[in-house]
Amino acid sequence: MSDATTDGGRESALLRLLWKAAKLLATVALTFLGLLVVTFLIGRVVPVDPVLAVIGDRAPKSVYDRVFVELGLDRPLYEQFWIYLHKVFTGDFGESFLTKRPIIDDIARVFPATLELATVAILIGTVLGIPMGVWAAVRQGRLADQVVRVLGLVGYSAPIFWLGLLGLLVFYARLNWVAGPGRIDIAYEYAITPKTGLLLLDSAMQGQWDAFRNVFAHIILPAALLGYFSMAYISRMTRSFMLNELAQEYVTTARVKGVPEWRIIWVHALRNAAVPLVTVVALSYANLLEGSVLTETVFAWPGLGQYITNSLQNADMNAVLGGTLLIGAIFVGLNLLSDLLYTLLDPRVRKQA
Amino acid sequence: MRPLLTVEDLRITFPTRQGPSEVVRGVSFTLGRERLGIVGESGSGKSQTGRAILGLTPPPGRATAKVLDFDGIDLRTASAATWRRLRGARMSMVMQDPKFSLNPVMTIGKQLLEALKFGAGETRAEARARALAMLEAVQIRDPERVFRAYPHELSGGMGQRAMIAMMLVTEPDLLIADEPTSALDVTVQVEVLRILDRLVRERGMGLIFISHDLRLVSSFCDRVLVMYAGRVVEELKAADLGKAQHPYTRGLMNCLPKIEGGVRPLPTLERDAAWAR
Ligand SMILES: Nc1ncnc2c1ncn2[C@@H]1O[C@H](COP(=O)(O)OP(=O)(O)OP(=O)(O)O)[C@@H](O)[C@H]1O
Ligand SMILES: [Mg+2]
Repeated sequence: MSDATTDGGRESALLRLLWKAAKLLATVALTFLGLLVVTFLIGRVVPVDPVLAVIGDRAPKSVYDRVFVELGLDRPLYEQFWIYLHKVFTGDFGESFLTKRPIIDDIARVFPATLELATVAILIGTVLGIPMGVWAAVRQGRLADQVVRVLGLVGYSAPIFWLGLLGLLVFYARLNWVAGPGRIDIAYEYAITPKTGLLLLDSAMQGQWDAFRNVFAHIILPAALLGYFSMAYISRMTRSFMLNELAQEYVTTARVKGVPEWRIIWVHALRNAAVPLVTVVALSYANLLEGSVLTETVFAWPGLGQYITNSLQNADMNAVLGGTLLIGAIFVGLNLLSDLLYTLLDPRVRKQA
Repeated sequence: MRPLLTVEDLRITFPTRQGPSEVVRGVSFTLGRERLGIVGESGSGKSQTGRAILGLTPPPGRATAKVLDFDGIDLRTASAATWRRLRGARMSMVMQDPKFSLNPVMTIGKQLLEALKFGAGETRAEARARALAMLEAVQIRDPERVFRAYPHELSGGMGQRAMIAMMLVTEPDLLIADEPTSALDVTVQVEVLRILDRLVRERGMGLIFISHDLRLVSSFCDRVLVMYAGRVVEELKAADLGKAQHPYTRGLMNCLPKIEGGVRPLPTLERDAAWAR
């Protein structure tokens, strides 16, 4: 029969969406379990003795043996894994041998710094990168396209610490447009009660606008720099998705109907290009959330990248594994989010789900 | 009476690695407020001819013509603003493949309303009522549902009818219909042809009807252009199809299956390299 259309209607569309969400959650749970197995095994394989990490190398043999048993290292592997699982789910990742604090507290301290920086950076990268990519595609082969291409190339090849130092030299030391390294000036540090750890959010919620301005002045340069790198990637991908969409027949149909060119570009083509773009933006964001050691070092940013690198160099295994788990969780979470967005944006996927 | 559309020496060229390739090579015809059929085999340049009339030759292709005149407007030099006034509102084209010619992430209703929005000025409720009436006119039984549906939720024939509705809803003066009924079953096809016919006779629309189907074209249209390898090889009154001179046209006619007395084996179409010259 030729009249077969939206069989089922909207309620079952919702049901399908829920079903899809459930399937995704199951996948996430499995992925996370895999991740736990990997971190657990890494913890057993690396040549760092977890007992020595706790007691130091000068403790007597009796202390060593006691701690060995305390850590459960005399039990079979599967039992150790079970204990590990249990600990992870109660938020116990052990103690850092460097800071002598629970890993979870350390992460609660460093992760917001990275999260805040990455979020501002991805906003900059997306808000600039998508229009630039669209513009380059519309002006394919012309000056605008070349400009975007060159900007992107610089974004790929320039070393970030070099750009960071240059940025500090020009915009901080010379022009004094932005604040220097660090997240906030000491003068403002105690004006804000830490709630989320995201200083922009905390200061705004507490109405501390002077502190907000100070935080903004600190974050804008590193965020612009990281945002520039995301922009390079996002604009290049946007350009290629848009070129593909603008060559489709439905674009000609829209032109036949007399739809103005701006609407063809920004509504018809971009709306279709948005579907694969979701994945691109999510991937860039995940990369930023890993934390960039170089940027964090140049800008004295107490974030996740520095923390993990530091822990690695000092063989602080609990901290490294905790950080690895967090990064894994971020990737899994963003993947889940982009899958769901994908489903919302593309009616064809919505149907099949 | 002045013709609605005059095309003289239309040429369309695509650059290829082996140099420019001319896919339409000097097509000329005039169209009044009548039904003109264009037939020809796949790749003979029918669709590209239609697109060029709307100024939509896909880049890097280029279309040139000695004359390309629509109702006194020289289309060769038309500005972007002129095109915006013409397309949709006064000239329109039913695209060949509804599967690829509808925006996959926009509902049929939205795409229909868009044609009205940028075609004629009216309120949203009026436009919606007109769009639904148009869907009903092309034999869609449940217009409300199709209005809300996405293209992938429609069958090929429904997509084709939605496309026809989209292009007719503004009641243009010129309609180019590129294989508009190829996916429709016979009863629906008859109804769609009736709508087209009525628009030509009552509103004085000019119709260019592109098809592979010589039988359909000759029974529906007033005149027929036969294209072969980018050229018009023959122009005939539909009633005079029997008097066709060109061997390609005669060959096409011989391939039409006759009802009485099955011809076996089926005749094959002979081609002569000289026709393409
Ligand atoms: N974008 C393009 N680039 C290069 N060549 C093209 C392009 N579009 C069409 N052509 C060529 O132009 C010629 C005419 O194409 P056209 O689509 O007009 O054929 P048609 O008569 O409509 O065929 P069909 O009956 O299969 O629809 C073909 O040989 C095709 O290969
Ligand atoms: Mg065609």
